[in-house]
Amino acid sequence: MHPLIQQLLAQGPVITDGAWGTQLQARGLALGEFPDAWNLSRPDAVAEVARAYIEAGSQIILTNTFGANSIRLGDHAAAGKAPEINRRGVEISRAAAAGRAHVFASIGPTGKLLMNGDVTSEEMRAAFAEQALALAKGGADALVVETMSDLDEAVLAVEAAGQTGLPVVACMVFDSGKDKDRTMMGTTPEQAARTLSEAGAEVIGANCGQGIAGFVGIGRRLRAATDRPIWLKPNAGLPVMVDGHPQYNVTPEEFAGYVPQLLELGVAFVGGCCGTRPDFVTAIRRQLNR
Amino acid sequence: MPDLKELYEAVVRGDAKTTQAITQQALAEGVDPLELVNGYMVPAMDEVGRRFECNEYFVPELLISARAMKGALELVRPILTARGDQPLGRVAIGTVRGDLHDIGKNLVASLLEGGGFEVIDLGVNVPPEKFIATITEKQANIVAMSALLTTTMPAMKTTIEGLKQAGVRDKVKVLIGGAPITQQYADEIGADGYSENAVGAVALAKKAMGAG
Repeated sequence: MHPLIQQLLAQGPVITDGAWGTQLQARGLALGEFPDAWNLSRPDAVAEVARAYIEAGSQIILTNTFGANSIRLGDHAAAGKAPEINRRGVEISRAAAAGRAHVFASIGPTGKLLMNGDVTSEEMRAAFAEQALALAKGGADALVVETMSDLDEAVLAVEAAGQTGLPVVACMVFDSGKDKDRTMMGTTPEQAARTLSEAGAEVIGANCGQGIAGFVGIGRRLRAATDRPIWLKPNAGLPVMVDGHPQYNVTPEEFAGYVPQLLELGVAFVGGCCGTRPDFVTAIRRQLNR
Repeated sequence: MPDLKELYEAVVRGDAKTTQAITQQALAEGVDPLELVNGYMVPAMDEVGRRFECNEYFVPELLISARAMKGALELVRPILTARGDQPLGRVAIGTVRGDLHDIGKNLVASLLEGGGFEVIDLGVNVPPEKFIATITEKQANIVAMSALLTTTMPAMKTTIEGLKQAGVRDKVKVLIGGAPITQQYADEIGADGYSENAVGAVALAKKAMGAG
């Protein structure tokens, strides 16, 4: 096991962070605007989000780099700037952390399906390698491959991330099938745990997807399928639209109320995804009596 | 005479080569193309949908079967068009303005084609004007909108408002889908239908055309 992961685990359950996109929107990011571009145009606002999570009690914060791979950037105005956006993203989180939290840099999916033939695995591998390298150069402590639906794509990302020598967290979205316990492509938690471990991920997990209640079952199955530490970042349920704005009706306290169950299963890293905020992190911290 | 039961089986297992070969042979031997589509391929896609609903099939299997069906339809369609047979309906599909995600939209488009619809794919980041133009210029009967993000789903509402202002709202059925979309949201913005997955979207489109 990587010394950093070992060191983190030795201190007990680790609190990660919550959603970033909604926090940036609260600071003026327009609907449909590419959040990662703010690392260059509004680094002050991005740093505020990072600081809010650290002040709430995050021991690990991520970076505003989820979509900054060259494939997703495509013909966007920021195309060609992937390395810069990634490097700046880590620098912003690092400066905000100021040694109080570790910075795990976010790598999200490309938004293309390999089996549709829109993009080849070589192109995907190259895009992830470029992103991972830029994140490592920016000074990331670890890399988080997250919100993956396609196991083949996740493996490419994990392998590319592993090339940097940094520890890699790999998590997928289990939100499909009648029991909402498969990825969109039909992958089970067991298959994901096994394949991602083999690809070199140090930590295995699930994020986004259904609300936190469903993560108890998924966490249990991941735990049983691998001896790697488990990382969970659930959504605060599904949003309802109120006056044209998405609203998540799960409260921080309801969310944090599930945390003891997750920890009993042996989950090592807990945080939130879409709909969660710094006050969710505070609620988790209180739940852990810290 | 080829074994047409095998055509059904080939679509179900997503065997594009066999699907096309049997279709070609059957057409050469004078089998009615509509008989091939309605008697074997559409029931096969229904079976694929059923397997999807019971967790036997997932997105990869859907895509492979839809692709097999599409290959066969490419052989059948020119014959149907030449003799004046109309497709089940014409769908203008796109991911709404501000949203660049197309995995779900592409999947729905493939399955609609496999279900007998003519699909006009407008791509991603589609402004209301483009949907309106497709209705007026290409006589689309259905507008199908996709959004993956909570931040872009409001564009569905503005698109529907755009259709109303352009006076074409009553010419089409509006169907919506995407991860954050719910039936409640569809009702709120006045869409005609919502499906939580691509298989349901085909049933919904058929229903919208009165063929469900």
